[in-house]
Amino acid sequence: MTTVTEPTVHGSRITWATVDTWVVAKRHLLHLVRRPDELLGTLMIPVMAVAMFGFVFGEAFGVAMNVPGDEYREFLLPGLFALTMAFGIGNTTISVAEDVRGGVLDRMRSLPMSPVAVLAGRALADVILAVVELSILLALGTLFGWQAHLGVGAVIAALGLLVLLRMAFSWVGILLGLLVSGPEAAMKYFALVFPLAMVADTIVPTDLMPGWLAVPAEWNPLSSTVIATRELFGNMAAPATSWVGEHALTMAVLWPVAIIAICLPLAMARLRRLGR
Amino acid sequence: MITDEPAIWTQGLRKSYPGRGAALDGIDLAVPAGTVHGLLGPNGAGKTTTVRILATLASFDSGQAWVAGRNVARDRAGVRARIGIAGQYAAVDGILSGRQNLEMFARLHRMRAREARARADELLERFDLVEAAGRPVRGYSGGMRRRLDLAVSLIRSPRVLFLDEPTTGLDPRSRIEVWDAVRELADSGTTVLLTTQYLEEADRLCSRITMVDRGRVVAEGTPAELKSSVGGRDLDEAFLLITEGA
Ligand SMILES: Nc1ncnc2c1ncn2[C@@H]1O[C@H](COP(=O)(O)OP(=O)(O)OP(=O)(O)O)[C@@H](O)[C@H]1O
Ligand SMILES: [Mg+2]
Repeated sequence: MTTVTEPTVHGSRITWATVDTWVVAKRHLLHLVRRPDELLGTLMIPVMAVAMFGFVFGEAFGVAMNVPGDEYREFLLPGLFALTMAFGIGNTTISVAEDVRGGVLDRMRSLPMSPVAVLAGRALADVILAVVELSILLALGTLFGWQAHLGVGAVIAALGLLVLLRMAFSWVGILLGLLVSGPEAAMKYFALVFPLAMVADTIVPTDLMPGWLAVPAEWNPLSSTVIATRELFGNMAAPATSWVGEHALTMAVLWPVAIIAICLPLAMARLRRLGR
Repeated sequence: MITDEPAIWTQGLRKSYPGRGAALDGIDLAVPAGTVHGLLGPNGAGKTTTVRILATLASFDSGQAWVAGRNVARDRAGVRARIGIAGQYAAVDGILSGRQNLEMFARLHRMRAREARARADELLERFDLVEAAGRPVRGYSGGMRRRLDLAVSLIRSPRVLFLDEPTTGLDPRSRIEVWDAVRELADSGTTVLLTTQYLEEADRLCSRITMVDRGRVVAEGTPAELKSSVGGRDLDEAFLLITEGA
């Protein structure tokens, strides 16, 4: 009769949480690699956004703002960067809802792995994907004449803010994915991304919106990031008329941090409750 | 290792789902280490609920539960480090390949990358999945998926293995393969708690059987004892008589 080996667990808790998070993130990235059509579909969002808003609506919006089309596009691209970050919520929610249904989440819960890594892996995968999407957007933007005017440091800071925003939205998506009844429901709620992405200083400057819409648009976390990144890229921006607008840089950090601080613990609590 | 302390021990295990009454209404189990124990009962008896509670996947309302010497309610991490579970529905990633599934779960079992790869190879070989190793699990047959699920549950050579209807939906050949695997595991000292609706399966594999119905234990004993207790010739008859009489 052979003896059954005792599992040996070495290393600190944080080290293991990091390793586990990476293993789970790798799973989500492998999903994209193993289904190139899915990857293509995901990367199409930024491309389509630039094409549609930049060229189909660009001239008309430019006229409304009293600027030529290419100047509007300079205003627009930072908006599209942030918009792309918001659209990622859909994928996150659906994928988490699928995992709840499929039983993989249960299996992970039965393992001696770090509980937070089960979800944080998804967030890390989203962040990595966001970097890829932003690279595509930067390349496309440059191709169409968009420029950053304030040097590499400022560009990196701006990209950092965008990635931070995506991380926050990722936790929103994770929480929603754990709350909805299944992936089908998650798909139906996708329409909610539109007001989030567009009732903001992304495509249309808030002063062109009806007054009652301008206030939520100014307070939309997306707007803070967009205004802050416009500043950091040295791109044209509408003059700030509100308190949030004036403190965009601070708010672009505070909003995502606050969102994560709320959604992460709620998602963890929900994950524990799945077993009831 | 067969020790005196039971590998699985529960007393008065109760659980109810909100608005549905009691799913478990006082389950007592004592499974000696290194044995295969059957949990038998009709649909809705509470088999899956029991297994999920013991595997730390679900909470319970009252009673006590110990697995591999660890308190299920208080030391979840301790239990998780010592168990394997293959649920009623295969819980593997359909998009990843069989090998990627094994490597991922091995890594999450805290194995190093190289160790994980070696373990994956070993298990693919053992469960006859070498040829399909690189294909997405989505394209596997039900039997292959079950075998993979079983392989995943064995990654860390668990001390206690929970198998929830491991052979439901398998053809006779795959079923025999799973039976062989279970026997081998028991021989190497693993304790197995197996739920099943197939009485033949319980008869062949289990040293003892607990029959449950509507969340209660209705009979307990060796297959032979259960058969003779109702004077029936086979376990099917015993099952029907016992669950009807309850
Ligand atoms: N998540 C849940 N929410 C509400 N009720 C549940 C839930 N899971 C199980 N139940 C109920 O608990 C009882 C026991 O279910 P359980 O799945 O443990 O039975 P089982 O013996 O595994 O049945 P089967 O042979 O059909 O798999 C049933 O009445 C079932 O309806
Ligand atoms: Mg069941």
